[in-house]
Amino acid sequence: MSRFDKQPDPAMRQLASLARSSMSRRQLLGGAGAGLAALGLAACAPPAPPSGGKAAVKLPVDKSATEKTVAWANWTAYLDYDEEAKNYPTLEQFIKSSGITASYTEDIDDNDSYISKVKPQLQATPPQDINRDIITLTDWMANRVIRDQLVQPLDIIRMPNVARMLEPLKDVSFDPGRQYSITWQSGFAGIGYDKSKVGREIKSIADLWAPDLKGKVTVLSEFRDTIGLIMQSQGVDISGDFTKDQVTKAMDEITKRVADGSIRRIKGNSYMEDLKSGNAIAGIVWSGDMYILRAETENENWEFIIPDSGGTLWSDNMMIPITSTHRKNAMALMNYYYQPDVAAQVAAFVNYVCPVQGAQEEMVKIDPKLAESPLIFPTEQWIKEKKIQGFRALEPQEDADYSAMWAKVVGN
Amino acid sequence: MSALAHLGSTGGGAQAPGGAAPEPTKKGGFTAYLLLLPGVLWLLVFFVAPMVQLAAVSLQSQFPGYPGYYYRDVNFGSYLTAITEYLPHFGRSLLFAGAATLFAFVLAYPLAYAMAFKAGKWRGVMMICVIAPFFTSFILRTVAWRQILADEGPIASTLRFLHLLPGGHITETWVAVVAGLTYNFLPFMVLPIYASLERADPKIIEAGGDLYANGLTTFRRVTLPMSMPGVLAGTLLTFIPAAGDYVNAELLGSDTSTKMVGNVIESQFFKVLGGFPVAAALSFTLMAVILALVFLYVRRYGTEELL
Repeated sequence: MSRFDKQPDPAMRQLASLARSSMSRRQLLGGAGAGLAALGLAACAPPAPPSGGKAAVKLPVDKSATEKTVAWANWTAYLDYDEEAKNYPTLEQFIKSSGITASYTEDIDDNDSYISKVKPQLQATPPQDINRDIITLTDWMANRVIRDQLVQPLDIIRMPNVARMLEPLKDVSFDPGRQYSITWQSGFAGIGYDKSKVGREIKSIADLWAPDLKGKVTVLSEFRDTIGLIMQSQGVDISGDFTKDQVTKAMDEITKRVADGSIRRIKGNSYMEDLKSGNAIAGIVWSGDMYILRAETENENWEFIIPDSGGTLWSDNMMIPITSTHRKNAMALMNYYYQPDVAAQVAAFVNYVCPVQGAQEEMVKIDPKLAESPLIFPTEQWIKEKKIQGFRALEPQEDADYSAMWAKVVGN
Repeated sequence: MSALAHLGSTGGGAQAPGGAAPEPTKKGGFTAYLLLLPGVLWLLVFFVAPMVQLAAVSLQSQFPGYPGYYYRDVNFGSYLTAITEYLPHFGRSLLFAGAATLFAFVLAYPLAYAMAFKAGKWRGVMMICVIAPFFTSFILRTVAWRQILADEGPIASTLRFLHLLPGGHITETWVAVVAGLTYNFLPFMVLPIYASLERADPKIIEAGGDLYANGLTTFRRVTLPMSMPGVLAGTLLTFIPAAGDYVNAELLGSDTSTKMVGNVIESQFFKVLGGFPVAAALSFTLMAVILALVFLYVRRYGTEELL
């Protein structure tokens, strides 16, 4: 079959002759170039940094009185769920008692990707509604969205229950006086390991680098936790004014441990898969996950400890995005979840640190064993003894520098 | 990319009705423009506009004192960073994608050949086997490979038993990344080769034998050249997405020694505060490199039908 016996379609022939005709390739390219340059100027301009301080933030009109709804974006498996009724019992109670229809979506599985998705809408002029009245973000991302003026100030006076917030959480460096954010749940980062496979007790960060654990250790890709724990083991106060040199020293330690093969992988939520499959048997992990691992692998040997040099305390925080028109409804919901009995119901399901004082007494009624766990109801003294600290909120330039340095550590 | 568009049109083997075509008239020019309109609009909205935006972002500068904020500028600094700091990642992207393309070709050709000439009634079943992986998500299948290759999984255990696993594990090595890429893009190699072999006239291959060529010579001089458009399409469809892939390196590779350009783009875009321009510059550079390679490749190996 030669290509000569094909009769070109007349339309195709016209197209071909068009391409060949008047315009030379050079002209065409030139024209395209000029067109692109013109379009480039018309491309969306990047948003300007916030200016004018808090006073400049214009809040949308609150329609809570007429629209009895509130939409809440949260992480997966982070609210008590009834498998049989297919609903969230505490949320149903709220709907019944308040008359506000609450919708709950598990939108968030990563701080960065969620914010990358909604930020362009929140920063547009005028802002475009993201159709969420509460978003739940980790401390450091809360720090960024507050700094970028993407969330609304709260009226603490409308939320009397919030006075029950655990003392160490009341005054955080990224939001002094809790003007914009309310803790949803908290947790610790420490060391998790399989007691039987490791065959001994692990007490410190240095124990993770033992020769027989080489290639069997996983650490978190959340640098405030991994680097935080390393800095603590190097004697640095991570809640205080640490310097760039101190952070660099901790990053170098991780780089060294990756290079010598001690650390298998630096991972996010998916590190659990490696612990299940046996690729890793120890590592820097989050407290609540070891409960889940015990249940899922039916292996009671999974142990969570705070290393002797200390651990980190982090929180996920509820905030009201700048576009929400249901501010009062959102605050009613936040207030509701600070009732001790409600908080206890949630804690019994999610097994993270419950941020509400008085919930421990309520938990005794639900599950006395959980009520005793310091990983769900830590006392102030326990936190002090274990040297648990929150990672200080970073200044904008530090935030940028350290995120770039960490990207290098993980090979990007 | 245009090479691919041409492939599509030759694939159908458009047979025009016989007889002299009417001469194009002046009015006909308008029809041709009209026919071009949907395609051009589609390209403008979904290709040109995002590219222009990406180009604009790659040239932006950091707003002093406000990391993560930018202003419009013509600053090529991000390109310099992209090329100087991430050269190893570019190297790995091209190397891994090239290796995966080669392995996929070696695996796919016999398979496509068997499907086209030897399968008989099993052809349909084999076709389903090739296409079936598309019924589950790409990510899920890659995660499944992580489980299959896990330290205590059957493959790693067997290799360790045979003392063929010096590092002690398969995951977190470049072998796992290349294997993952090969696996994930294999159907894109099989299908075009199959399509071109299936279209080939078996009588021409028989004629090779009739003219006293042995099997190997017939294959080399007749079958392979006839399947070249399929091979070319298959290698492009495998190499281009594999070079831009980051999922396999992320899920099967290690932290420092197997990361590809896609991983850096993902990290600069999502994780690094102030990484947008570098991410955009990396994307553009990768695109330019791939385009240049594809151009050279098509010029060297493309059949007349393609150019």
